[in-house]
Amino acid sequence: MIPSRRHLLSILAAGGIAPLGWPGAVFAAAPTDRRLVVVLLRGALDGLAAVPPLGDPRYAEKRGRLLIAAPGQPDGALPLDGFFSLHPALAPIHPYWRSGELLVVTATGNGYRTRSHFDAQDLMETGLSTKRQQTDGWLNRALGAMPGAERRMGLALGGAVPLILRGPTQVATWEPPGLPQAAPEFLATLAALYQKDAVLGPALTEGLRGQSQSDEVLGMGKPGVNGYGPKSFRPLAEAAGKLLAAETGPRVAVLDMLGWDTHVNQGAEKGRLADNLAGLAEGLDALAKSLGSVWGRTAVIAVTEFGRTVAVNGSGGTDHGTGSVAFLLGGAVRGGRIAGDWPGLDRLEDGRDLRVAVDTRSLLKGLLRDHMGLDAALLDRKVFPDSAGVSPAAGLVKA
Amino acid sequence: MTAAALIASTRFGFAARQGDLAAIGRDPRGWALRQLDQNPPPFPGDLPASAPMVAAVLESRKDKEIKSELKERIRSTHLAEVEARIAGAAESETPLLDRLQMFWANHFTVSGLRPVVRGFAGAFEREAIRPHMLGSFQELLLAVAQHPAMLFYLDNIQSFGPQSQAGRRQNRGLNENLGREILELHTLGVDGGYSQSDVEALAGILTGWSIAPLRDPEPGRFLFAPRAHEPGVKFLLGRTYLENGMLEGVQALSDIARHPSTARHVARKLATHFIADDPPQASVERIAKVFHDTQGDLKAVTAAVIRDEAVWREPLTKVRTPTELVIAAFRVTGVRPSGQAADRSLRVLDQPCFLAPSPAGWPDRASAWISPEAVLRRAEWCQTFANRLPNPPDPSEIARAAFGEDVAVETRQAVERASSRRMALALLLASPEFQRR
Repeated sequence: MIPSRRHLLSILAAGGIAPLGWPGAVFAAAPTDRRLVVVLLRGALDGLAAVPPLGDPRYAEKRGRLLIAAPGQPDGALPLDGFFSLHPALAPIHPYWRSGELLVVTATGNGYRTRSHFDAQDLMETGLSTKRQQTDGWLNRALGAMPGAERRMGLALGGAVPLILRGPTQVATWEPPGLPQAAPEFLATLAALYQKDAVLGPALTEGLRGQSQSDEVLGMGKPGVNGYGPKSFRPLAEAAGKLLAAETGPRVAVLDMLGWDTHVNQGAEKGRLADNLAGLAEGLDALAKSLGSVWGRTAVIAVTEFGRTVAVNGSGGTDHGTGSVAFLLGGAVRGGRIAGDWPGLDRLEDGRDLRVAVDTRSLLKGLLRDHMGLDAALLDRKVFPDSAGVSPAAGLVKA
Repeated sequence: MTAAALIASTRFGFAARQGDLAAIGRDPRGWALRQLDQNPPPFPGDLPASAPMVAAVLESRKDKEIKSELKERIRSTHLAEVEARIAGAAESETPLLDRLQMFWANHFTVSGLRPVVRGFAGAFEREAIRPHMLGSFQELLLAVAQHPAMLFYLDNIQSFGPQSQAGRRQNRGLNENLGREILELHTLGVDGGYSQSDVEALAGILTGWSIAPLRDPEPGRFLFAPRAHEPGVKFLLGRTYLENGMLEGVQALSDIARHPSTARHVARKLATHFIADDPPQASVERIAKVFHDTQGDLKAVTAAVIRDEAVWREPLTKVRTPTELVIAAFRVTGVRPSGQAADRSLRVLDQPCFLAPSPAGWPDRASAWISPEAVLRRAEWCQTFANRLPNPPDPSEIARAAFGEDVAVETRQAVERASSRRMALALLLASPEFQRR
């Protein structure tokens, strides 16, 4: 059985100080005091917008109206290493770059070329390099290999246990109370589906109008405590931080964030994608703060299933692409730098996408080996079974 | 796969799972009609009977300790009943029987909003509705009117003939509640041609229909209490009923059950449920004629619904009630709901199980369920449902299993282009096709 929500809530109410007792579990000594948080950005994040390579001579020309203004300009990007910059909406995590706790890995992807969300997310979660029926996730297999797995060291935030955490090793879950508000992406598609429906169409339109009015009345900063919009990530991240901070609590958490599939009007410095990036950055900052002193022993990695086309499409958005970007954040991360070879925008995959220079699994393997103390041979054999050719990235975390 | 198979699975089932459309195959009428041969259809599971629960309620009125124990027992019984209903329907191989049970349970509503009946509202369906829903309407009506749940819910155990022994001694009188609702809701219908004096007459006829007290060897069962029965001749709907104790009521219900207004009222409700919010008048008349000609043989009446041409011709315009939506979602995804999950879902969608707002039951028309707030809530529920599935199945396969090729291009594209499998499932469940039946 998973621990009850009320039980977890009581810990949140206590500000993460109270010891976390798992009903019915035998308390073995925690094998590690390290914390690992995996953030899955579902829908394919546009890495060229999140971390614009303003130094690439082809960038301005290829991006067209999606170009992000350079640092120093109005609403301009935030400076990183001079070649790459940070999207202005990611401002809440910019301080972590300066303090050496943010590592940006460019041109990331997985070993299998697919532009299907479903397949690519499955691969991101099963850790395999080819599509096949697999019902457990790499992080569950990793948890099973850690000593002390009997006490539910994995935590899924937001209701269901995602594939990445599914498997024989038991994990805990936490979700905010009540029925979550629907994701804007979902409602927008639904509104289109209902357009021709004389009963459902007008009702949904009216319902959305009512909801946005009440959001306005309640103050846009507050709602989304429970939902799937950009604002709903922060409360989950905060909860994750509090739960992970507890000495007897979980060590590994998974957070999901939706809304990255920006086919239409993704915007540049401002707009849909910017709102989502802001929600992500605010959440990551809240996660860091709620971890308190444990932040120093924490590594967070945010990954997405693939990137997006370099060029803007016909509706102000981008379509499914290949290479994207990954963020590593945490007191344990050796940050303040960019990692990964830049393939450049002059040689594109299929003439349209950024090439992949870094297999995401090398980052994951690096973190599991150097941060969580897992044996490298076991990583090849069990956690990422067909990844022998993908060596763990070295030096992601502080020695 | 034929369009008719889709119609059968939607009108007479809850939605097609993998293989359902193929099983219905080329004989959709036969698939529905064959289900009617199971008479009385057994109800799976081992849920508690009403009598011991009724007895416990009677006992708890004297003993505080029993009262708090009973509360817990009622709560767990409620969840078990919800699970039996929702999971049972979601996994049913004879979904038409589940639909019929829900239809008739709603027609003869007993609601746990009266806390006293909460512990046996489910048992009521098993004991009074299901065994008779393919028998004669008259037997169904009698079983309902003699069931402790109905006698509690519509206050008949508190109805005393003013001239009866008990009435005179305790200075108590008629309670018209059951008598009125039988005429207005269960049989003739509000415009079925009865007057206030008919309500009073039927209430008088039914005095004494009560529940066996604790000192009885079988406490909690139906019992006729002659001491509460109003003596003398009664006049109901133009007929004279001579003093005859309990048999007066049996005769009166039998007569009302065969009344032409009852045939029309029941036929209209069936057609509204199975065909359309505003069903063709011709269909109502055809069904009513079979009801009348067979003296309310419900197997024949149900078969008439299945055979009605409008069923196979009219578009699927009815909006799924929250209960139907929840059952359909669990059914197509192949997930067995827990009592708690089902109960929570139905509460947030404003159709809590066994808790209808009034004796009239839940509304059966789209206008009652599709408000701006409700549509948004349904959408939120669909997304939450998809997000919580332990192992989300392939949405395109589910769409094919449920609709064959009969999905709007827009819906198919939305499902294919969704940014995740869960998002695709949420869109499919929230799509206009899936919201309707």
